[in-house]
Amino acid sequence: MNPVRKKRLLIVLGALGGVSVAVALILYALSANINLFYTPQEVAAGEAPVGQRMRVGGLVAEGSVSRDPESLKVQFDITDGKGTFTVFYQGILPDLFREGQGIVANGTLVREDYFEASEVLAKHDETYMPPEVQEALERAGHPGANTGASDNKDKQETSY
Amino acid sequence: MWQTLKHWYHLLGSPRHFYRISGLWLPWVTLLAVAGLAVGLVWGLAFAPPDYQQGNSYRIIFLHVPAASGALMGYLAMGVAGLVGLVWRMKMAEVAIKAIAPFGAVLTAVALITGSIWGKPTWGTYWVWDARLTSMLILLFLYLGIIALQNAIRDPRQAGRAAALLAVVGVINVVIVRYSVYWWHSLHQPRTIRITDETAMPAEMLAPLLICMFSIYLLFAVTVLIRARTEILWRERRSNWVREEVTG
Repeated sequence: MNPVRKKRLLIVLGALGGVSVAVALILYALSANINLFYTPQEVAAGEAPVGQRMRVGGLVAEGSVSRDPESLKVQFDITDGKGTFTVFYQGILPDLFREGQGIVANGTLVREDYFEASEVLAKHDETYMPPEVQEALERAGHPGANTGASDNKDKQETSY
Repeated sequence: MWQTLKHWYHLLGSPRHFYRISGLWLPWVTLLAVAGLAVGLVWGLAFAPPDYQQGNSYRIIFLHVPAASGALMGYLAMGVAGLVGLVWRMKMAEVAIKAIAPFGAVLTAVALITGSIWGKPTWGTYWVWDARLTSMLILLFLYLGIIALQNAIRDPRQAGRAAALLAVVGVINVVIVRYSVYWWHSLHQPRTIRITDETAMPAEMLAPLLICMFSIYLLFAVTVLIRARTEILWRERRSNWVREEVTG
């Protein structure tokens, strides 16, 4: 490569490297704002601001959903295996809402174990399969059959 | 191997030869893209099994994932062309950026719109400012920025160089889009098609999806070839070979 081109290559790569470092530092500094939600672990550790509007995300704990038969009020626990708290919500839940499903709730953390949601979104995982396969998995007693994600248990650590 | 690559690099680097060779390729690539898209979409939309959780609404994946993937690949290709254009001052690299940008922007918009349509029934919202959705929106603005930059500067060589620099630096955002779902807590799920790991999708859904993806890449190539050929004719309009080509 001739010296002029070599110099240009170094300048371009240098500029790219410099901008990358700058962007990385900015994103790192803003990571608390870029994260869409707080995890139950962060809430349990007291990292989430109490009394402010924010989002929390986690898995709906098995057997924790209780609906008020008279109204749209619903109450359930969300967990990530390291922390658990109760969410209260009044309104229509997304179709994918079920026990074991990942959700993101928007609302206010009233106490560290009590969250009042004004909006509940279902978080879909990356697993797709035909209904027959899922039924077969369920019949065979596959551990991940009811949530669909066969490796859901390991993913709790990373995704939520 | 290296010699062959070098030979093709120089051959396609020359506008005249690029025009001739791309003219030979174009009908075949078009045929393959259209046939692939027809097969992939009909298979995916009508014959692939429904999803156990989402039912039929997941089928938008056959448009969404190919569009998003094509948009990212297109930007990556622009970044490589930008590097070649800046370092080797190759005219064809600048032409390539100009040819890639519009369809890349269209695919990004398609990915955003289809994702939004899918998001409402699945998540319960059209839009949320999570890392993946926001970085994808930035990708759209980068594509539009490159198009705007090319039109804002009158001298084509200077416009090409400015766009090349933006294309190279913007590649950082492609990396951010790709890893956004792993670096931050986001509503968007991690990727389903994995190269090193087991893909979280059965073969009867994956096959039409891969066909759609490959066909979108080919369709992208078709638009790039057509745009590049037009751009070459315009830039070389004073040369003899273009005059012969146009007047016959």
